Formats: sequence, C-alpha cells, structure tokens
Amino acid sequence: MPGVSDGLVQARGLRKDSGDVHAVRGIDVDVGRGEVFGFLGPNGAGKSSAMRMIACVSPRSGGTLQVLGMDPYVDGPKIRARIGVVPQLDNLDAELTVRQNLEVYGRYFGMSRAAVRAKATELLAFAQLTDREGDEVEPLSGGMKRRLSIVRSLVNDPELLLLDEPTTGLDPQARHLLWDRLYRLKRQGVTQLITTHYMDEAEQLCDRLVVMDGGLIVAEGSPAELIGRYSTREVVELRFPLDDAPPVAELEQLVERLEVLPDRLLLYAADGEAVLAAAHQIGIRPLSSLVRRSTLEDVFLRLTGRRLVD
Amino acid sequence: MTTVDTTATAPVVRSPAVSSWRAVLLVMEHFWTWYRRNWRATIVGSVVEPLLFLVAFGLGFAVLVNNGGRLAELTGGLPYIVWLAPALLTMNTLQIATFESSYPVVSGFKWQRIYWAITATPVTAAQAGVGHLSWIAVRMLTSGVVYVAILVPFGGVRDGGIVVSLLAATLCGAAFAAPVMAFATVVRKEGPAFGALFRFVLIPMTLFSGTFFPVDALPVWVRPLAWATPLWHGTELARGAALGSLQLWPSVGHLAYLVVLLVVGMLLVQRQFRARLYR
Amino acid sequence: MSAPAVPSAPLLRIFPVGGYAGRSKMIMMRSALVYRRAWLAIVSGFFEPVFYLFAMGQGLGTYVGTLPGPNDAPLSYAAFIAPGLLAASAMNGAVFDSTFNVFFKLRYERLYDAMLATPLGVVDIALGEIGWALVRGGLYALGFLSLMAVFGLLTSPWALLALPAALLVAFAFAAVGMAATSYMRSWQDFDLVTLATLPMFLFATTFYPLSVYSEPVQRIVQCLPLYHAVELMRGLTTGAVDWSMLWHVGYFVVMIAIGVVIAARRLNALLLR
Repeated sequence: MPGVSDGLVQARGLRKDSGDVHAVRGIDVDVGRGEVFGFLGPNGAGKSSAMRMIACVSPRSGGTLQVLGMDPYVDGPKIRARIGVVPQLDNLDAELTVRQNLEVYGRYFGMSRAAVRAKATELLAFAQLTDREGDEVEPLSGGMKRRLSIVRSLVNDPELLLLDEPTTGLDPQARHLLWDRLYRLKRQGVTQLITTHYMDEAEQLCDRLVVMDGGLIVAEGSPAELIGRYSTREVVELRFPLDDAPPVAELEQLVERLEVLPDRLLLYAADGEAVLAAAHQIGIRPLSSLVRRSTLEDVFLRLTGRRLVD
Repeated sequence: MTTVDTTATAPVVRSPAVSSWRAVLLVMEHFWTWYRRNWRATIVGSVVEPLLFLVAFGLGFAVLVNNGGRLAELTGGLPYIVWLAPALLTMNTLQIATFESSYPVVSGFKWQRIYWAITATPVTAAQAGVGHLSWIAVRMLTSGVVYVAILVPFGGVRDGGIVVSLLAATLCGAAFAAPVMAFATVVRKEGPAFGALFRFVLIPMTLFSGTFFPVDALPVWVRPLAWATPLWHGTELARGAALGSLQLWPSVGHLAYLVVLLVVGMLLVQRQFRARLYR
Repeated sequence: MSAPAVPSAPLLRIFPVGGYAGRSKMIMMRSALVYRRAWLAIVSGFFEPVFYLFAMGQGLGTYVGTLPGPNDAPLSYAAFIAPGLLAASAMNGAVFDSTFNVFFKLRYERLYDAMLATPLGVVDIALGEIGWALVRGGLYALGFLSLMAVFGLLTSPWALLALPAALLVAFAFAAVGMAATSYMRSWQDFDLVTLATLPMFLFATTFYPLSVYSEPVQRIVQCLPLYHAVELMRGLTTGAVDWSMLWHVGYFVVMIAIGVVIAARRLNALLLR
C-alpha cells in the first residue's frame, strides 16, 4: 500500500452496504499514532458501522482499510490482539464478578493467569473500582459499568482504543471522571478513536475529528479549525413574543448569517455585543438576548441540519 | 380483603377511590387485555404439551399397564386412561400455576414493572398481588376446560364428575401458586431460584404424588413426602370426583389442607407485595 | 464480500476466515468459572433423570412388570427406562445449553460481541460453548451410570462405552441446537425447541418399546435422533452389542458435521455483520 506511514488506521473509499442500506458510502480516514480522533454525526450517519469495520467485526463492502498496517478481513485476530474496543452498549459478563470480568477477558488474549491477575489489580485501581472487585456487575451504577468496560478494553495494553459513544447516558460526574481517564491514556500515548454526538465531549477530547452525515464525511479538522471554518466567533440568540413576526430582514443586514428557529433567532457574528447594540439602535426590542461563544454544536447543526434523524 | 392493613412496612394509606373487589377485577382486566393479544404464545405450553403428555402416558403407559396384568388392582376395573385423566388434569393445572406465578411475577417487579405502574393508581399493592393471583386462577380454569375437552375424545371422561375434578384442580393450583408468588417477590436471582424450584419441587411432585401410580407403590419412607404435597391432595380430590369414589372425611381433610395453604399463601402475597412496592 | 482478496484454502471456505484462534479452551474456562458460583444449577440437572428413574422404575414398574430387552431377554422396567433416560438427559442438557443459554448470551448479554473484540473468532465460540455442554453432559452421564451400576441396572461391561456414547449424543444435539439457535428471533421461537425435544423424550422408546406402535408410526420413530441414542444406550447397558450399532454412531457423526458447520457460518453472519 503506497504511503503507509505510522498511520494506525488508513481507509480509502471505505464502504459498507447491508442490503439496500448504504451505511458508509466511501470515506477516507487517516489516524496517526498518539492521536485522539473523533467521528461525529447524528444517529444513522455511519459512525458505528465505520467503527465496527475498524474493529474487525464487520467485513467491508468496498474500498481499502488498513489497521495497524494489516487488512482486517485477513488478519482480524492479529489486529484485535493489539486493539481495545469499548462498545456502545456495555457487554460485560453479568455472570462474573468485576475482577473476573477483567481476568477472563485477559485470558482470551492468551495472557497468563499471573499476568491477568496483576493487570486486573492495576486496572481496577485506574477505574476506581478496587473496593467493588468481588461484586457482581449488575448492581454497579452506569458510570461504574462504563469504567469497567473501558478498563476491560485496556487489559491487553492496546496500541489503539476504539470507543463508541463512551459517555452516553452518564451523569456529569461520571462523564468528567471518564474524560479524565481518557486524557491520562492519551498522555500515555494510546491512540483513541471516539464516536460521539456530544459536542462538548468532542471539543474536550479530540485532536482531530470528522463530521459524518448520510454515510459520508462532510467536514474534517481540529475542533477550532471547524468552528473557524463553518461558524463565527460568537452567536447572539434573540427571543421575540411568539405572536409577532420577528424582524428578520432588518437583522440580516447586521450579521454574516442568520438562522430562524421556531422559538428564537440565531445571529452569527464575530462580535456579538456589537450586533446587539446595533439592533437596539434600529429599535429592535427582543424579549431576551444572549451572547455566547460559538461551539462545535453550531458547526454540527449547520453541517447536518436540524431535522430529526432516527 | 383487607386494604388498610397497617403493618410497620406499609405506612402508606391511600384513599380507597375504588373498592377492593373492583380493584382486583381491574387488575385482572389488565392481564386479560394483555392475554387477548398474546394468547397464541401460550398454546404450546397449555395445549400442545399437555396433549403430548396425555398421548404418551394415557395411551402408551396404558399398553404397558394392561400387559402388566395388575390393572384391576390399580383402577378397580376401569381403563387406565380414565383413572389417569383427572390426575393429569390436576398436574397440568399445577404446572400452569407454577409457571404463571414465577417468572411473570418477577417480570412485574423487575422487567416490565407493571406492578409499579398499577400501584401508581388508586389500586393498592395487596390488590395488585391478589388480582394477579386471581388472574392465574382464571387461566388455570380455562386451560382446564380446554384440557377436559381434549380428554373426552380420548375416552378419559366418565361422567359429569369431571367438573368437580376441574374445580379441585384449580383450587390445588391456586393453593400452590400463592406461596410461589410470595417466593417470587423475594428471590434475587430468579434463574437459579426457579430452576431449583422446578427441579426439586415441581418435577418430584408431579412424579411422586400419585398421578401415574398410587403412592402406595412407593417405599414406605417416601410416602409421607408425597402426602405433604398439595398435588397429592388435589389429585385425590379430582380422581375421587371423577371416579365417584369420594368419601366425606378424607375429602374434608384434602379440602382443608388446600384452603389453608391458599389462605396462608394469599396473606404472604399481600404482605410481600406491600413490602416490595411501598418501600 | 467483493473487494478484499480472500485466501481460499478449502477449509477456509467451510469455516469463516479468521474465525479460529485455537482458544476455545478459554471459553470453557469461563463457563467453569461461572458454574463454580452456580453449582446448584449443575447439581440439580443430575437429579431430574434420577427422579424419573425412581418414580417410573419403582412406582410404575410395579404395575408394568418386565419388558423384552434388545436381545429379547426380559428386563425390569427400571432397567428398560434407565438407558432411555440416560440418552434423553444427554439430549436435554445439550439442547438447553446450546439454545436457551446461547440465545441469552448472543442477544441479551452480547457476550459474544465482547469475545470478538479479542483475538477469539466465531469457531472458538462455537467449539467452546459446545465443549462446555459436553463437559457438563459427561459429568451427568458419569453420575447416572454410576447410579445405574449401584442399583444393578448395568448388566454388561459394554456399559463403559455408554459414557463416550453419551458425549457423542450430547455433541450432536449441542451442535444442531446451536445451529438452530442462530435462526431464532425471539423467546417465542423456543416453543419450537420444546416441540422438537418433548415428543422425542416421550415417544422415542424412552418409556416403552417400539412394539407398542403401529408399523407406520414405528418408521417415523426410527427416524428420530433420540431413538438412535436410546438404542445405542440400551444396547450398551444390556450388552446386546453388534455391528449394526455403528449406524447409530454414523447418524450422530453426520449431525455433528452439519451442526458445527451451520452454527459457525450462521454465527459468523450474525456477529460479523
């Protein structure tokens, strides 16, 4: 394969069809060593399909894919021996204890009993689960199960970690604890591939990300680059009484871009306060106003639209 | 039924917006609504399986017992299937009772959580429990009617006494279902618990309680175990009714055993449902 | 699979590519670990055929008397049904392990998805689960045979071969059971499992000889896998052994081959979508 650097994942024109559904319709991805790379997109965008192909549990329908320099279709077991996978839904072994979950899983990688025992002790501490090691999995909280899933994927010291929506359904404390653990792994040089539809998570964790929609990549870059490219520095949100038609035409003169939502107007501009002052001057009196920094969420909604996808 | 039985675990007193009887009927209506959509799912369990057992034991064993030469001693001259039929009816009813009062009850608390939904209305926890138990009794009775209808063409029914057998079978089933339901409210790992219940209680009971052969054919030391089971009492009643051989005092004894078990079971169900739902 | 170049050695055409890492032993160890904590479930499985043997052999046996055995020597009713129950429990145990348990792990626990995130492949999973069913079935068969020996129901040294025969039978039912499970969509479909195993348990000469049936029914019964298992066991425990019994063995070898190949391919299709 031409141009194989130390890229851990390299996809060219990667496709996945299942029946008539074209889940992934030709994407190019390069993930370098030590990088934290994000797949963003609404439900059904093809993120999880892409992840499954990279995890060697879904044969591709077309294009090329190299993971750790090998072809997942041919060398699935060899690749899986060197990666870690955190699935979207926890699939912990409910019939085993917390510690046994780690040890049995480690044995599947061919590790010795002594090695898995030592590794389990280390990982339980990392996940702050040491005092629950003899408990069954079922009574654990959602955050604890998620942490256990994550450390389970680390049992083989993976070079590449695949995390499919790692924090969905967790409370804020649990999310922040998880982010901290993932950041430490990054510091240790573990390459991470993350899918998420939480923009704050992507901004927190990812060095680089792609936005997927309808099975295609619609944008690529660092969080800051994407905000710079697809949004403005600031956003002004204005609310008007529901019965009155908002003064869209007047406001459009003042800003780069304006978006009309059912309950408010969004004004995209470099300087939000200035826009607000100008609006006041021409006699516009909204019910309420808010000036905030532009986020990845604005980029995401712009690229993938506001319609509901399910 | 006592609705405002203030035990220590039940500090919640609700205004009785519906009467107790009505509440129980409403809970049964809930299960009926579900059943109307899902009755097909129960056909294998409550029609096909009993039919297979009937053919295997009523016809197959009959050949063996006829050839064994001691049939008259066993049945007093009647065909084996006539002797067997009321007992199989009772056994089948007991099996339905056990299945319906085990996993579905756990589901009501744990998976589908319908009891929580029911007690968010004016219906109380105790009424939810008794309502479900009453529904199980209806299921047993209707399955029993189907079973009797199947028995007729096999020549298993002698006369109208089978109607009394049907009632005895249902009483027997309910008397066992009630304590099983109470058990189902406390099990933490239902898989192993019910596995043990089925394998160490239900199956031995169906084999040793006089269904296929009289308890007298067992060694002396096993007989008291058989006499202690509700199925033996139910079988004696049902068989006596079907063959017209009921005697007053033994029947009163069987009846008293089953009624006491049912009442104690129902009290336990009410207590447990309160303890679990009004925590 | 269109684009990737696929190595096509003959074996890899039958079994999925990359599906075997040679670590199915680890999956059996997992099961052993689970059941070390749930030993009651294991022990209870042993008692079911024992209860049947005791109730039917002792209780009903009083009224049945003796039956003609495979070489027409009279057999007590207990000695007649014991090999039948041995065969039936090999079937029931293997079917339960390979259907209910596998379905739960496949659809609810998603345990196999977790295993596939490691170097393990679908063939490891199929063989590991079937292997555990065999270990468990072997323990039951050993226990039941010992009990038969204690009660004098084994009348021939050939009975030693009943243990491997039970494993063969269990292997065949586990393989086919697992293949069938891969087609199941909901718990409702498990009624079909009952509809397959219960009639066999009741009618495949477990409880009474083939001669109670009319000629055409006998033909049907003779096609059932459990019939072959019961014949095999009854021949071995009573010492009525001849070359024709290899037909029964052949029957199960074919079942194993078909079951394992279908199970591995179907699991591959289900898990590696």
